[in-house]
Amino acid sequence: MVAFVIVSHSAKLSEGVADLARMSAPNARIFPAGGLPDGAYGTSFDLISEAVKCAYSEEGVILIFDMGSAAMTSEMVVESLSLNKVRVVDCPVAEGAVLGTVLAESGVDFDEIVYELENFSKTE
Amino acid sequence: MQTNEVAAIVKKIAVRIIEEKQFLTELDNAIGDGDHGINMARGFEAVLSKLDSEAYQTPSDVFKVVAMTLISTVGGSAGPLYGTAFLNMSKATAAKTEIYINDFIEAVKSGAEGVSMRGKSTEGEKTMLDSMFPAVRAMQNEANKGESHARIIEAGWTAAASGVEYTKTIAATKGRASYIGERSIGHQDPGATSFTIMLEEVKKAVKNGSFCNSIT
Ligand SMILES: Nc1ncnc2c1ncn2[C@@H]1O[C@H](COP(=O)(O)OP(=O)(O)O)[C@@H](O)[C@H]1O
Ligand SMILES: [Mg+2]
Repeated sequence: MVAFVIVSHSAKLSEGVADLARMSAPNARIFPAGGLPDGAYGTSFDLISEAVKCAYSEEGVILIFDMGSAAMTSEMVVESLSLNKVRVVDCPVAEGAVLGTVLAESGVDFDEIVYELENFSKTE
Repeated sequence: MQTNEVAAIVKKIAVRIIEEKQFLTELDNAIGDGDHGINMARGFEAVLSKLDSEAYQTPSDVFKVVAMTLISTVGGSAGPLYGTAFLNMSKATAAKTEIYINDFIEAVKSGAEGVSMRGKSTEGEKTMLDSMFPAVRAMQNEANKGESHARIIEAGWTAAASGVEYTKTIAATKGRASYIGERSIGHQDPGATSFTIMLEEVKKAVKNGSFCNSIT
């Protein structure tokens, strides 16, 4: 199953998003990576790397982020790991996580989920 | 400039950034989330202990360890941005056992390009790039005229400082400050300021003469 890493400046936010996603997709593989290791706000290269490694399988890992600097740190992690099918996707963090995990749980593959999330619009 | 001199300047930069923690944080308070000084100080404290605990073979290795340390410890945008900048500086100087002024300018240029790539940003968006690119151009100009290395770095610093002034006149379109848009006018950019502070430390080191003979 495609897995998800939720990258946020806040540990609470990333855990909350993961909880929200599990409400609709209880078997989802979703890994929160929020805040810094000491609990401060920020994004941690090391925490995100760890989460991606835990999440990784050949089916792929999608990273969803809360805002700009989280995207930058996530991209650096992805570049440093150079694994197949690991991608940072720009979509709304909460709805993207819900939609993505629901699709993943129903067996949709990596490329299709990436496509759906990239074209996701809140108002449609 | 040899490896130990590069490391010495980086340490000076680290100490100075830690001293400016409060100031940089206040600047970020005005237009961002008030953590630039905290982020940078956390990163450079880690850089200091890294540089003290190990010896490095080449200037490129020093830049690389700075990059990796900033990437893992900073926590805000400045982490991936300065991390990418130092990583590019490391790549630009790869395999050189000593760096000359032109290598330094090229390295800073490739650092600025790295920030631009990572941040998907350009000049005029009220970011660190508004100091970095003008500094690079000014240094290139002086170098082309055959000026002394002290003049070159001085010109780079002056251009970076003017870049900071320029950021006061424009609205942010990248980074957190873009959330307040037009209301960011009148405030200087924290990242442009931290870059200028770093270059100021290079300038001081060169002026002191301790690096004069080796940067040619
Ligand atoms: N996309 C970007 N491109 C270039 N520089 C940026 C970008 N986003 C932010 N910055 C720089 O980063 C600085 C803020 O750093 P910092 O406060 O450490 O991170 P954060 O914005 O995540 O709180 C800004 O003053 C600006 O110079
Ligand atoms: Mg900030």
